[in-house]
Amino acid sequence: MAEVSIRKVVKRYDNVEAVRGIDLEIKDHEFVVLVGPSGCGKSTTLRMIAGLEEITEGEIAIDDIVVNDVPPKDRDIAMVFQNYALYPHMTVAENMSFGLRLKRYPKAEIKARVDEAARILDISELLDRKPKALSGGQRQRVAMGRAIVRNPKVFLFDEPLSNLDAKLRVQMRIEIKRVHQKVRTTTVYVTHDQVEAMTLADRVVVMNHGLIEQVGPPNDLYHAPATRFVAGFIGSPAMNFIPVRLEAEGDGLSTKLPNGASLPIPAERAQRYRAIAANGKLSLGLRPEHITELRPEMGPGVVQITVPVDVTEPMGMETLVYFKLDGAELCARVSPKAGIREGTSAQLAADLNNMHIIDETTGRVV
Amino acid sequence: MTGTTIDKAGPSRAAPKYGSMKRDRLWALRWSYFFLTLFAIFFLIPPIYMFITSLKTSAEISAAKNPWWVFNPTLSNYIELLGSPIYLNFFKNSAIVSVSVVVITMLIAIPAAFALSRMRFWGSATLATGVFLTYLIPETLLFLPLFKMFAVFNELTGIQLLNRWWVLLVVYPTLTVPFCTWIMIGYFASIPKELDEAAIIDGASWMQTLIRIFVPVALPGIIAATIFAFTVSWAQFLYPIAFTTSIDQLVLPVGIITTLIKGDVFNWGQIMTGALLGAAPPLIIYAFLMDYYIAGLTAGATKG
Repeated sequence: MAEVSIRKVVKRYDNVEAVRGIDLEIKDHEFVVLVGPSGCGKSTTLRMIAGLEEITEGEIAIDDIVVNDVPPKDRDIAMVFQNYALYPHMTVAENMSFGLRLKRYPKAEIKARVDEAARILDISELLDRKPKALSGGQRQRVAMGRAIVRNPKVFLFDEPLSNLDAKLRVQMRIEIKRVHQKVRTTTVYVTHDQVEAMTLADRVVVMNHGLIEQVGPPNDLYHAPATRFVAGFIGSPAMNFIPVRLEAEGDGLSTKLPNGASLPIPAERAQRYRAIAANGKLSLGLRPEHITELRPEMGPGVVQITVPVDVTEPMGMETLVYFKLDGAELCARVSPKAGIREGTSAQLAADLNNMHIIDETTGRVV
Repeated sequence: MTGTTIDKAGPSRAAPKYGSMKRDRLWALRWSYFFLTLFAIFFLIPPIYMFITSLKTSAEISAAKNPWWVFNPTLSNYIELLGSPIYLNFFKNSAIVSVSVVVITMLIAIPAAFALSRMRFWGSATLATGVFLTYLIPETLLFLPLFKMFAVFNELTGIQLLNRWWVLLVVYPTLTVPFCTWIMIGYFASIPKELDEAAIIDGASWMQTLIRIFVPVALPGIIAATIFAFTVSWAQFLYPIAFTTSIDQLVLPVGIITTLIKGDVFNWGQIMTGALLGAAPPLIIYAFLMDYYIAGLTAGATKG
């Protein structure tokens, strides 16, 4: 069990900066997910924690011991790879015990640990098989088992579910969470899938272009994104962005949409936005679930908009409605009972109580 | 699938002519077998001719009869050769040299390939190419300088290298090591990077990663390299004929032509027998190792 500190860490390959100075404190027992698009530096960060990549600048400490120059085997970490990286010539049990055998643990203890890990992962009956006789999900379990038996200070996961099909991925996601609840080992998990990040993490670290955009619990990231990138990256379907201007209207403020429509901003939000109202480059951010069908009682801050429906996607419990507003491609989540059809014009309700205003010059959410 | 079918052609249009996959495959097979048979005949004629000749007496060989038929088959060539200590000594020399060269080659080539392909260090890529380039220099260009070197070495140290069969243990690896290293670099490159990273995180040293992970996983590649090294050593002719002269120091290919060709008298029956017997060990090795060679041991290492 351990804490991991990443302090001002930079990774440079020749002239390319993959990681451009990040700070992160990971607490004991915590499950932290690094998420971001490919090339954002998340895997590089993980590999630096593992010791597979050298740290160009800054330092990484595990349990207050700076490990910059400590070889991987002495860092007391275990890693699960995207392609499992099982040793093909060894049985499952041999794969899991390889690290312990190298450290010359007593045979009885090795067996006990392997059996325990196999029990946790439900692979006890596979121990004598070779990796090629296993399915993808089983291989992934063995890879996790190899990490668990070592009882390391930190688990590192590098996109462990990317090679599995969608259904199995959901299953294994729950499995990973269950294992973490049992063993409580500090975990750093890298993925490009924001759903995985949201569902697994105690805290999510959103990375982009080698920098950390925001760190926080999943719900904070979802409801209070700090930047336009986080707002757009977290959530599926993604948040809608519409270029707007803010204009004074009587006492309050209203957003002027490009098509000329004017939406009044709820009073307590208007207060916040007044300072940047003069800024010319603003966007309105509104999640699809905050654009719905008209409902009998519309509270304050909910405004009615009329839109031409482009495409609808029935999902069963809801229907996604896509429409264009002056070039901006927008999405709404409506009840399937609302009967909204493609090619018609529809009345929708936009809940501005959940709106975000983004300063496009800084990329930050106001 | 019940219900409507879509009438896309209309009544006047004739059905288009499609090829048949079955027929295509059949033709591909026919051509394959045709060329396989052709090549098999082409490559089998020499050994068959050798075999036929080895069963003949010298008198029958020199008689102008049908060369493809044995009228008075005899095993005398085999009996004489296998009963001759000189010939058996050639065999022994060849076997010791080839097996030792294979062992020496593997002991050098495997760690070298591992270092060049995995332990990225300054100049490793250049060195890897350099290793291969040395293989491209033909031995016909090298045997005179090598001969001179051995002579100078003898003058300086008094150690006699020429006309000693064991000097071949030093000379042959100059041919086998570069090529085997090159094969192994290629094979190691096909092993996913994560496999050694996993081993390193599991606490393995470079040496342990090599011996406990790479060698077993790369076994098919190692066997291919072994076959190559053995074949090169067994069939090598130029170096032994240049560096060894005494009858007791000769290896098989050189021994056959030095002892069985006397002046302008060719003992064809025994030459063919000797060559045929000499070709047996590599054949046996191929037969035993081929299965291993083909078996894909990397299956299941990663996805797929």
